[in-house]
Amino acid sequence: MQEALRFLTPDAEPVENPDFIEQAHLARGAPQSAARGLPLTIRGLRKSFGDNEVLRGIDLHIPAGQFVAIVGRSGCGKSTLLRLIAGLEAIDAGSIGFGEATRPEDVRVMFQEPRLLPWARVLSNVEVGLGRARKLSDAQLRAEDALAEVGLDDKRDQWPAVLSGGQKQRVALARALVSRPRLLAFDEPLGALDALTRISMQRLLERVWRDQGFTAILVTHDVSEAVALADRVLVIEDGRIAHDIQVDIARPRQRGSADLAALEGSILRELLQSAGEPLEV
Amino acid sequence: MSLVENLPRARKLRLPRADGFIPWLVPLAIVLIWQIGCVTGFVPARVLPAPSDVALAGWKLLRSGELERNIWVSFWRASIGFIIGGGIGFAFGLANGLSQLSSELTDTTLQMVRNIPHLALIPLVILWFGIDESAKLFLVALGVFFPIYLNTLHGIRTVDPQLIEMGRIYGMSDGELFRRVIFPGALPSIFVGIRFALGIMWLTLIVAETIAASSGLGYMAMQAREFMLIDVVVLSILIYALLGKLADSASRALERLTLSWHPAFQK
Repeated sequence: MQEALRFLTPDAEPVENPDFIEQAHLARGAPQSAARGLPLTIRGLRKSFGDNEVLRGIDLHIPAGQFVAIVGRSGCGKSTLLRLIAGLEAIDAGSIGFGEATRPEDVRVMFQEPRLLPWARVLSNVEVGLGRARKLSDAQLRAEDALAEVGLDDKRDQWPAVLSGGQKQRVALARALVSRPRLLAFDEPLGALDALTRISMQRLLERVWRDQGFTAILVTHDVSEAVALADRVLVIEDGRIAHDIQVDIARPRQRGSADLAALEGSILRELLQSAGEPLEV
Repeated sequence: MSLVENLPRARKLRLPRADGFIPWLVPLAIVLIWQIGCVTGFVPARVLPAPSDVALAGWKLLRSGELERNIWVSFWRASIGFIIGGGIGFAFGLANGLSQLSSELTDTTLQMVRNIPHLALIPLVILWFGIDESAKLFLVALGVFFPIYLNTLHGIRTVDPQLIEMGRIYGMSDGELFRRVIFPGALPSIFVGIRFALGIMWLTLIVAETIAASSGLGYMAMQAREFMLIDVVVLSILIYALLGKLADSASRALERLTLSWHPAFQK
């Protein structure tokens, strides 16, 4: 970090004040990927809907830039956890902290549905993602960059209605990326896509995550997707984290490789055993 | 990705477009058969004058300036009444769609008033306003109020809540949320209301003009009846049909212009 700063302003004296470094870092606009992610610490998190206690005490630390997948049966509370992290629901008890001050644009969510405005062209849909910055003069340029990143720059003037399901989801990804978020939460974003589109979307997600270095939290019901993409897989059962599994398989990962399959099998076995359904894998 | 995207997509269902001459074939054929029926004496002129006679009557009235004046008066009443009633209906629709308080306060009352046939108020309106302009404007405004109110309200209430949540997440202010998400989302439904309202607008105006007026198309038809000028009566009816069609085309054009994003309106 200090080296980078010196490189930018060779005449400047060495700076000891870390606050100043942080400011310079922000002012530079496009910080290095490793430093861009947002760390996340959750303590004693609880959430109920009426009598139904969905989350019963979650303690979790996610280091900056990690790719975490959250798996579990439907109704286990994984989507609720994601919505709490994204600030879409109010917390009942406990805390969620990002370790440092954040802007609203720093945390973005991508849903299972693309949620594009049908009456706005693709490019203006991406501009929505800029938040308050969409009134600035460089808004269009940034939106174009984000569209290029997901490979859809030629669709900028189309209506969302003419796009395929995978393309719509890519526009939604561009919208989430355009504000250069430091934490990106995915709520089963690939759940509604066909198998082939799904795989190419997984590659795209992995690529932008590596390029931009945000912290990624992916909720999915697909264990193979979780082990293919994530550094770490959390299994949630009955509102608690039941397993916390590191995925130490080198990237790029070979889809269908024996390592991934073995890990997937053991996670599936745990998921099903806990529900009393033995599985032959 | 390309493997999937290159698959041929099913052809989309398209709305028929009413620009060509085909929609006019049936009306033309009817006029032709009508003319033949009159010329051959199959239809007595006392019952229904020939289209040529109607056209002749129209030409005479046009020459005297009477037709133009009456059409203009009716058109003016219709538009002012529509703007007043539609404007108020739209405002109430917005307020009740966006605010729970406003909805609780006024919706029940409006639903009660809605179930009174507004033409049943004609005797009362004549007692209130006499037969001057305000009576007609009041009736037209009341008639167009409800379709626009109901459809605006319905449109706003049925905007996809997921899109609203998305707008909030991306930091839209209330005004922006309305302009970029809620209003465009409610627009198709608002147009349904406008088209209903246009039909009711003519209906109300004609009834009001035949009962209590001293000018306008309805008045012209009633006068003609007094003097047994059946060709002028038929002429008035044909002009209503044309004006109705004109209003409908105008709203369709506006729809195509503002809803070009909608799959049903894409070329």
